[in-house]
Amino acid sequence: MTEIPDHLLKRSQAARAKAQGAAGDVGDETPAAAPSDDDGETIPRSLLERSQQQKAEGGAAPVPAGGGGGVATLAPPAGTGPGGHTQRLLTVIRSGSIQDVKSKPVDKVHVWPHLLAAEFTAALFITAFTLIFSIFINAPLLELANPTVTPNPSKAPWYFLGLQELLTMFHPMIAGVTIPGIVLGLAAIAPYLDKNPSHKPEDRKFMVSIWTIHLMFWAVLVIIGSFFRGPGFNFTFPWETGLHGIFHL
Amino acid sequence: MAKTIEKRKPRLTERIGTGLGNAVDKVQDSQAWNSIFRPGSIFRKGYTDSPRNRSYVIMNSVLYHLHPVKVKRHAVKVSYTLCLGGLSFFLFILLTVTGIFLMFFYRPTAAAAWDDINTLHTSVAFGLLVRNMHRWGAHLMVLSVFLHMARVFYHGAYKAPREFNWVVGIILLTLTLLLSFTGYLLPWDQLALWAVTVGTNMMGYTPVFGDQVRFVLLGSREISTDTLLRWYVLHVLLLPFVLVIFLAVHFWRVRKDGGISGPL
Repeated sequence: MTEIPDHLLKRSQAARAKAQGAAGDVGDETPAAAPSDDDGETIPRSLLERSQQQKAEGGAAPVPAGGGGGVATLAPPAGTGPGGHTQRLLTVIRSGSIQDVKSKPVDKVHVWPHLLAAEFTAALFITAFTLIFSIFINAPLLELANPTVTPNPSKAPWYFLGLQELLTMFHPMIAGVTIPGIVLGLAAIAPYLDKNPSHKPEDRKFMVSIWTIHLMFWAVLVIIGSFFRGPGFNFTFPWETGLHGIFHL
Repeated sequence: MAKTIEKRKPRLTERIGTGLGNAVDKVQDSQAWNSIFRPGSIFRKGYTDSPRNRSYVIMNSVLYHLHPVKVKRHAVKVSYTLCLGGLSFFLFILLTVTGIFLMFFYRPTAAAAWDDINTLHTSVAFGLLVRNMHRWGAHLMVLSVFLHMARVFYHGAYKAPREFNWVVGIILLTLTLLLSFTGYLLPWDQLALWAVTVGTNMMGYTPVFGDQVRFVLLGSREISTDTLLRWYVLHVLLLPFVLVIFLAVHFWRVRKDGGISGPL
């Protein structure tokens, strides 16, 4: 318990004496520590007597009006805290101001075990897959880099093969900067262009179609770049050149 | 209740079982154990399954409290998200771990890089396996990030209030592609050199300051040992650092925007 400075102590005692003199009742005064009518205990005797009176009358403990959902109430000043400690009101918090109180209950499950078990299984699966794949298939390592000798064909990694395909059709600035820039830019602002509030696919046919076409566009370009481009980056059929002519495995 | 209690010497397996149980009890009663595993941990003695303890497991774990204590029921459905976002993050962790292993054996100079990778394959215990896991893990991460983006779009999970999180996700996609591309150069073999030549030449066609862009990327006029060092630092330090910052924002916004969207 904190020490009350002397001058504040005297001030509260004077105020208490005045209040007791003015009204015959202590009223809503918040209990300060060590008032003048205490015996060195934490509960002021006047308040203790009052609560005992009320218990004798069979009345309820004094609770301020306005107790509704989420309102923090002042602890009854009859020293109901553990060890007789009383509490000081700091602030009243309205419901909904800090936590969002939902109007209807949402069906929720515990993250442990349900979500974490699913995540663990997924992580385990992907680790096992990567491990087994890595045991059997080696990452490529060709000859030492030689700026004077260009491999034929020379391909970017698969996620950039779409761009490399575009290079065969457009000027490098268009293929490498303009088109990817526009695609990424449009993708980034898609939420601000989409005014449809529905999440259901049947209500979003246009967006779903556009997105599917977009994905298929890149998928087709990557597939052509991976399997249908041989020496000289010329169009070939994979069964003509064989996989060794296409990949560097 | 039996009138007589049959007394016989316990079998060996029973004695081992009781002995193990006693040993476990001793460990779980120790001060050291209880200082590590706080109340609510499943490793604490007397852990029982209850809603309160299920909440404690999340709240008292530095790793798990990325998650809320409860999520909406449909969020647990694997068929809804396919765990793609979580898998992308997990693959990032896997790549970081395998990457750190590789860093012990790799020098980012034109003279040493290829030899170091070759040495990894031949002379380092598990070197080939770890390098393979790093390589294929990287491809998997790019794939899973793309699939995650597709899933989010198909669910319309970028709509209000999640618009900004979608933008952060696009930034993360770009960072993932850049990470993959910078890593591609590091073996310093023919595949690396020429893939990067194609890529940086395309970037050099940026309007207005294309030449400067290319110079900043390469560290010199042509791809050289300066490029290798620069892309090594990008791959190992700068890009992962920036990625982690955006990941933090991404996860934060998922929580703040109300968790997984839906159901449809």
